[in-house]
Parts: sequence; C-alpha cells; structure tokens
Amino acid sequence: MVTSATPIDNAAAPPAGLRTFVQRLRDGDQIAHIITLVFAATILLITSLLVYELWINSGLSRSKFGLMFFWTRVWDPVSGDFGAAPFIYGTLVTAVVSLAIAVPLGLAAAIFLAELAPRRLSDGIAFLIDLLAAVPSVIYGLLGIFIVVPLMRTVVGPALKSTLGFLPLFKGPNYGVGFLTAGIVLAIMVVPFIISVSREVLLTVPREQREAALGLGATRWEATWKVVVPWARTGIMGSVFLALARALGETMAVTMVIGNDPKIATSLFAPGYTIAAVIANEFTEATGNLYLSALIELGLVLFLMTFILNGLARLLIVATERGGGRPS
Amino acid sequence: MSDLRLTWRKSLNVVMLTLTGVAAFAVVSVLFLILGYLIWNGGKSLNWDFFTKLPKPVGETGGGMANAIVGSMKLLFLAAVIGLPVGLIAGVYLAEFGGKTFSFITRYTTDLLNGVPSIVMGIFAYSLVVLPVKHFSALAGGLALAVMVIPITVRSTEEFLRAVPNSMREGAMALGASKWRTIATVILPAASGGILTGMLLSLARVAGETAPLLFTAFSNRYWSPGWNQPIASLPVMIYTYAIAPYDDWHRQAWAAGLVLLALVLIANLGCRLVLNRRGSYRSV
Amino acid sequence: MASAAHGKNLAARLAPKVRMTEPSSTAQAQEGALRFEISALDFFYGPKQAVFGLNLRIPKNKVTALIGPSGCGKSTFLRTLNRMNETIRNTRVSGNILLDGQDILQMDVVKLRRRVGMVFQRPNPFPKSIYDNVAYGLRINGYTGRLDDLVEKSLRRAALWDEVKDYLQKSAFALSGGQQQRLCIARALAVDPEVLLLDEPCSALDPVTTAKIEELMFHLKDSCTMAIVTHNMQQAARASDYTAFMLDGKLIEHSETPKLFTTPTDARTEAYITGRFG
Repeated sequence: MVTSATPIDNAAAPPAGLRTFVQRLRDGDQIAHIITLVFAATILLITSLLVYELWINSGLSRSKFGLMFFWTRVWDPVSGDFGAAPFIYGTLVTAVVSLAIAVPLGLAAAIFLAELAPRRLSDGIAFLIDLLAAVPSVIYGLLGIFIVVPLMRTVVGPALKSTLGFLPLFKGPNYGVGFLTAGIVLAIMVVPFIISVSREVLLTVPREQREAALGLGATRWEATWKVVVPWARTGIMGSVFLALARALGETMAVTMVIGNDPKIATSLFAPGYTIAAVIANEFTEATGNLYLSALIELGLVLFLMTFILNGLARLLIVATERGGGRPS
Repeated sequence: MSDLRLTWRKSLNVVMLTLTGVAAFAVVSVLFLILGYLIWNGGKSLNWDFFTKLPKPVGETGGGMANAIVGSMKLLFLAAVIGLPVGLIAGVYLAEFGGKTFSFITRYTTDLLNGVPSIVMGIFAYSLVVLPVKHFSALAGGLALAVMVIPITVRSTEEFLRAVPNSMREGAMALGASKWRTIATVILPAASGGILTGMLLSLARVAGETAPLLFTAFSNRYWSPGWNQPIASLPVMIYTYAIAPYDDWHRQAWAAGLVLLALVLIANLGCRLVLNRRGSYRSV
Repeated sequence: MASAAHGKNLAARLAPKVRMTEPSSTAQAQEGALRFEISALDFFYGPKQAVFGLNLRIPKNKVTALIGPSGCGKSTFLRTLNRMNETIRNTRVSGNILLDGQDILQMDVVKLRRRVGMVFQRPNPFPKSIYDNVAYGLRINGYTGRLDDLVEKSLRRAALWDEVKDYLQKSAFALSGGQQQRLCIARALAVDPEVLLLDEPCSALDPVTTAKIEELMFHLKDSCTMAIVTHNMQQAARASDYTAFMLDGKLIEHSETPKLFTTPTDARTEAYITGRFG
C-alpha cells in the first residue's frame, strides 16, 4: 500500500521560497514584518531629520564664520559676532572637573560594592544609587543654587584658597558660582553612572583571577587594584566615557550654578558658560536669524561631541562584554 | 626590611578598603541629603493652594502651580501617545523580525538618539514645530519628550521580548500558530510586565526634563487649553522660580521640587522593585 | 483501568531476554496503514550534514522510538516531521516525507502542525491559565463551539483532568514539572493530531511521572500515532512497538522493539544497547 511519490528536491530555494512567502502573506506574517519594519525605520527617519534640521538651521552661522567659529572668543549679540570658544572651553572644563571628582569617587564606591560588600548590601546600595541617577537635573540645580553655592562661597572656597591659593586654578574672587561649583554638581550627577557600570563590569571578572592573586600572598587591596581592576579597565573606561557624554550634555543644573559669563578664565572660581547653558538661556531671547543660527550651530557641535563619545563608550563596554572581560 | 614592607602593605590595605567604603556611603548619603533637604524645605511650603491655585502676578506672594501640574500631565500624555507605540513596535521588530544589517543600524541609531542631549532635542522640536508657526505650543513640547521616550522604550521592549524563552515560541508554533500570532498571543503577554514597567520608567524620566521644554512648550502663567499654546510645566516652573530674586518664589520652587522628586522617585522605586523580582535591568 | 493487563505488558518488556509470544506485527505493519513514509532524507545545518539518506516507515497507531547516542540526529530528524527546523536559519532538507501519502514539504505548514503535534524536552506551558493553555491551539485554529468539552477531553487523555479540574483558571506555572509536561501533552492533543512527536519528554522528570506518561502513551495509541525520541533505552523497550536506532545521522536498524532489543541484527546496535558506548 505504499504510494509512490515523485521525489522532489527541496534543496533548490526558489520554488519553496516563493511558496512560503505566499503562505506567510496569507498568514499575516509578512504584513506584520512590514509594519514593524516601518516603525523601526521611523527611528532612522527621526534621527536623520534631527541632523538635517541642525545642519540647515545653523547654515547662516556656518557660512558666516566658518571654522573660525571654534576659536573666536567673542560672543557679542549686539555686534553680531559669535564664537564658540568660551562655551567649548566651559563645557570641557566643567566636564573635566566633574570627572576628576567623580571617577575616583565612583570607582572607589564600585570597588567597594563589587569586591567587599556582601551581595545583599551591594545590591541594596546599587539600587539606591540607581535611584540617584533618576533625580531630575533641575532638582540638582535647585540644590546647587541654595546649598552648594553658599557652601562654596563661605566654606569650600576660602578653604581651598587658604591651602592651594597659590595655584592659578584657585586665584581670583569667589562668588560661589563658577566652574568649580558646576563641576561639583555635575560630579554628583554622573557618579551613579560610573558606579553602576563599573560595578557590573567588576562583577564579571572571573573569581580565579582574584584567587590567583590572593594565593600568591597579595592583600585584598593589592589583588583588587593590581589584578581585578586592570582586567575590567576597558569597561570602566567605557563607563567614564558615558559619564563624560552625560556631563557634556547637562543643561539645567549647570546653568543654574555656573554664572553664565561667556569668558575663558584660568581660575576655577570664575564664572563661565557651557554650550548647553547658553542655548538654554539665550535661545528665547535671540533676536535675528544670525543669533539663532549661531546658537543652533553650538547645538550641532554639542551633538557631534556627544555622538562621538557615546559611540566610543558603547564600543568599549561591548568589547568588555564580548571578550569576557579580557583586557584588550 | 620585609617586616616593614609587610606592615606598610597591610596598613595600605586597610586604609584603601576603608576609603572605598567611605566613598560608597558618601554617594548613598547624597541621595538621602537630597531627599532630606527637599522634604524639609519643600514640605514647609507645600499647601493646598499649591495644587489648586494659579500663579500670582510677579511680585505678589501666594498662588500655586496648578497649571504646571496639569501642564506636565498633558505633556506626558503627548509623549506617551506619540512615543510609546513607536518604541514598542520598533522593539518588536528588533526582537522578532529583524534582519541582520537593518537591525544593527536601527539599534545603533536608537543608541545614538538616546545619547542626544535633551537641549538638542529641544532645538529639534523647535525647528520642526515652533519655527513654521512662530509660536510655542504644548505639541512642540510633547514631541520633544516623545522623541526622548522612544529610544528608552525600544531598548527595554527588545530586552524583555528577548528574555522570553525560545521554548515558548516553539510551543506555540508547534501548535500551528503563525509568527505574528505567536508574538501577539504568547510572547507579548509573557513580556508585558517588563515592557510596561519599562514604559513607565521612560515616562518618569522625561517627566523631570526641563531643557527640551524651554523653547518648545515654553511656559504659561495661566491655563493652557488645547495643544497649540505655550504650557506651563513643573520642571520649568522650578527653574524659573529658583533663579528669580523673590523669596516667595524660592519657597514655591522647593515645594514644586518636592512634588516632582516624589513622583519621579516613587515611579522609579515601584518599577525597579518589580523589575528586580523579574531579573536584570540596566539603568544606563 | 487496564492497569493489570498493561502491567503484564510492562513486565514483559522490562525483561528484554523474554521473547514476545504474540504474533509478530511486522506483516501487519507492511500491510497496515503507514502514517509517515520517509525516504532519502538529508538534512543540513548550513554546510554541515546532520541526517544522511534516511529511510523510515512509521506505522499508524503505534509508538515508534528513536534511540541513539547524543548528536546522532534523532531529534533533528524528529523535528523535520513537523517542519520545526524551519524556525532555525540556514537549514536545508531534501528527500521525501509523506504523511498519509502527501508530501509534507508541499503542505501548508500551519495545517501540517495541526495534524502533527509536538511535546518538547522541557515543559513549556504558556504564561496563561491551565484552561487557556489547552484551549490555545483550539482558539488559533478557529474552533468554535464548546471549548469546555474539548479542554476536558484533552486533559482526560493526558491523565491530568482529575488533578486540575477544580483549578482550571490557575496559572500553568503553579503546576509541578510532571504536571506541566502532561499539560503540554493535553495542549498538543487538544487539536486532535493524527501524530504526536515527543522529543525526550521525560528527561526532565522523575521516574514516577515518567511511568505515568508512558502509561498515557499506551492509551493514546488507539487514536494517535506516536514517535518518541529517547535517551532511555529501558523506556524505549517498555513503551514502544517499534524502535529505530540511529548513529551519526544514519539509520542503522529498525524493527519491532522486542526483536531489536533481544536479537539486533547490526553489531553497532548491539554495542549501543549493551552500553558499550553512548
């Protein structure tokens, strides 16, 4: 009763492919595929549109100032002379100051959470630090204005001046606002990111590494600092880059405590300005197309800076995860 | 000599390890400091008027932020209605349908969008919605927030869809379910808890954003009917009041800060507790 | 129940040295209906070939066991029978697979899977209630009418009804592992498949549950053809009518279970079942 059937070789793709396509269409699979693809493409559309709008609307400023825009220190809406230098300077300085505080602090805390704290305590503290990351920028600004600024003016500033006042970094009058204050507030804002990512990366370091070091007679600190942390250094660097990208783009907290003065100064006590802050402050007051265009060009610059940094950061973090934490 | 060196190493060990503990607790204590200050300063100024009255004219004391509270809700509504569906469906694409190259590009672009500073988002919404009509609007503000909601939602949707074990997909397909049916009737329901919490978290995140609203939704000292007029929001009010020279406004800024922080933290606390019970969730 | 008679059968099968005295069913298989006829089946994962020129007949209303060492291709082969391998990228199949004379590769895959159901190695109930799990296949295939009756019937066939009849709305995850697996069997049975494919269904379960499932397989035979992949040779000896031994993607030997276990014709089969490798 064996029915004979013509053997069909299904290794050839086209007939079967077409058949399954038609079937999928009937089942609605292909439609679902198309619909979801369209929504995914929307994201690409939005991003392209974003870049396009930034580019087009900064056209006036770009054509007028060209590359000199990056070096011009003047920001004079009245005469129509605009330069990005003070803002790039301010953005970088505040970011560097914030990292100088946040990286040691964050790394130390991450080490504690990953290496020393019992798991439950570590998870609990990590949870609280995640909450810290969720606090809105404007709240940090609020606390900055009413707590950090007076503190800087009355306590921290004079203390620094009396000890390190010989350095050009700490010369000049101290009003409470300025690069240093902004850096401190930024540091608090980015430290949760450094802790969160570094802790996770440190936790992936294989136990055998620690044990090998301890087995050779190293103290716990030595094992951690000389073996575990270097193993995770790519991921930790990634977290720093992420934090940096965040610091560069921070607007509200910075603009509330930096003094909003478009000048380049060596003293950390001096008031300054960042790209994000000037856009926030002057966008609605901008009279004339050139003024607006210059502000938008600043936005474009900021976008590019964070874009590059975020790209590098993701690369580093992914490289750590892929390579199983092996230092590259 | 080796004894001395050993003592040095041991003391260094103790010192450094203690410092790391100090660092960790210092950071955590900042959280409590923030909370403490806000509760102290904000709690003093919080009263019924805050939630029900409109702002008084400049210079007069009293009044409230009722319009800002409603305004924030309206903006969040827009952000949700525009941003969440896009994020959800794009996330479904990446997790279930994506071809290799297009998925990579989409994911990369989503990460890129995620990293854009919020003030630049404001410029984007401004050039798209405010510039053509030459006035601020709730719509512009909502759009800026929606664009921020999308990348967060995409990532969490994709993550939770991927977390559904393949055996469930196979189980459904072995019963004769087509792919979209499997997704709609088995996978999405299975991942729904995580996806919804991810959405809530994204909304909590944009609820506190100020920069993108500064020149899109702008602000308003009165009620803002419809979607086409400038609208007040809690974060912008906090900013405006905090930098102003009036003590009464500072008082109200603290109160508003407390309300905003309370909402954001409660939403985050709730969501993260739910997610922790389900598994991992990365905040960055 | 027919436990006494079944017990006798079990005992007989558990002692492979005892020759079966019932009339050989080989002739019956050749004349009786065949559910599946597989010929010249090749299967590829990308460039790597996993199944080589397989020819097999799976008789109707009987249990056919597939045994062999890990990686011999038995699960891969089983999954070609309901085209589940198509969910994996870069796979290729060539040859003939006929279900009641129809080439399954030409069939609508959704219809095929309604006729050929599958139970997996680890229980995979949906995160829904017990009732909704069983009703799932019915709902998506558009069954209208009295779902309640069909759900009950399936749960009875899977020997689970008495344990869950008062808790149908409870989540499937509230059940034990063994119960979940029987739920998956009920779910697969709900759409009344002609064939049930079982891919090591008891490997994650304890012996008591395993015995329960083997018993329900015995009762299902009348209405359902079964093909079961198993690592457990005692299970194959106990629960199946025919056994096929595979090695390195090829079919080495296939005959009635008692015959294969007592007097295997191929030396490799003998080596495997006596535990010399595998």
